[in-house]
Amino acid sequence: MEIFLTYLKVFVIGGFVCLLGQLLINFTKLTSARILVVFLLLGLVLESVGLFEPIKQFAKAGATIPITGFGANLARGAIEGVKEKGLFGALTGGIQAGAMGISIAIFVGFVIALVSRPHTK
Amino acid sequence: MMKNRTIFFQKPVCIAETATIAGPKEGEGPLRNYFHNILSNDILGQKSFERAEIKMHIYVIKNLLNRMRLTEDDIDCVFCGDLLDEIIGCNYTMREFDIPFMGLYNACATFGEALIIGSTMINAGYMKKVICSTTSHFSTAERQYRYPLELGSQRTPLSQWTVTGAGCSLLTADDTSRIKIVAGTLGRVVDYGVADANDMGAAMAPAAMDTIVAHFKDTGRNPDYYDLIVTGDLGHSGSRILQKLVKDKGYDLGDNYTDCGILIYNREGQDVMQGGSGACCCNLVFNSYIYSQLKRGKLKKVLFIPTGALVSKVSSLQGETIPAIAHAVDIEVL
Repeated sequence: MEIFLTYLKVFVIGGFVCLLGQLLINFTKLTSARILVVFLLLGLVLESVGLFEPIKQFAKAGATIPITGFGANLARGAIEGVKEKGLFGALTGGIQAGAMGISIAIFVGFVIALVSRPHTK
Repeated sequence: MMKNRTIFFQKPVCIAETATIAGPKEGEGPLRNYFHNILSNDILGQKSFERAEIKMHIYVIKNLLNRMRLTEDDIDCVFCGDLLDEIIGCNYTMREFDIPFMGLYNACATFGEALIIGSTMINAGYMKKVICSTTSHFSTAERQYRYPLELGSQRTPLSQWTVTGAGCSLLTADDTSRIKIVAGTLGRVVDYGVADANDMGAAMAPAAMDTIVAHFKDTGRNPDYYDLIVTGDLGHSGSRILQKLVKDKGYDLGDNYTDCGILIYNREGQDVMQGGSGACCCNLVFNSYIYSQLKRGKLKKVLFIPTGALVSKVSSLQGETIPAIAHAVDIEVL
């Protein structure tokens, strides 16, 4: 039963983030790239003020899989970098924390580009 | 004779025959029974969508020549355009033909431009037979004006679906058919300050209004003179804007008005937002549905107004507003 409740929470919060994106598409003239950046910055801000952690505890993948999770990751990495290495850590920490996400995105993108062709949707 | 912006052809120019090829999505739409050919897929075994678009274009021109038992020598010139950079699709298409070529670009109004220039050449006596054609392809237009398909971006509610297809008309100096181009009103570039590249209907509606009002003033006619007044690709929202703008100028387009972007798809079920658009939207609808209605005598007088948003990827990225143009062509059964 516990696991279903977890899935439900993940689905609802993840779906809510997507709903916000759809509202931005429908009611603003923002391009898709800008909407993406808005969500990234949102995660960054939430993490910086300490709000992202409780959301993550509650919604798990529902919070971390959308790009807000990546933004939060960058912020957390930068904060930890400062703690470890001083101010220069702010420059390296974020990318270090995001290294896995970035590498996976590039690698998977490469593999998918090799095996698939674009189609008219 | 030219009065203000309208050319009245001394001897109306005959539209002898047409040929069309429609993409798979268009082939599922309400006009499927009118197209000469329908594709089962939109890549046609080519390595790029641009090549598929070129292949369609070559096919319709050859199809028209074959059906009319004409050779390349019989055609004096092809007036054509598409939506790719430097109208590169037409350039490659015309590499395959031994026919003089004049490339045109007025975005989605190119077909109207081609009909008027072709008619003028014939009416002036310089040419006997010309072909007017345009093509567009959903996937090449997305890359050209918005984003490559690979990005997978979501569509916005005011966007339109670029028509995949190619179509052409054969204009002749003789009287092969009774369907004639009687007059043409040339468009001006009009820009009301719409900057959203996903809302072309709103950008083009003022240009359509400008040309339609000029046409009625120059001819002294009213909208009820025509059985059908049809704009190119304003879509559902753009058409409503046009009706209002024209009403403000004292003309009521009435029930005989519609738009090719509305006609070509089922809005319910085909997920096309505001309807069709693209250089081949008005072309496909005219060369299939409207031409056959004229041929059967169900329509006698048609005012055909292809509309074009003169936008480029650079101008929309730089936040410029969208200039637009519309040409009106008066086509009647005489």
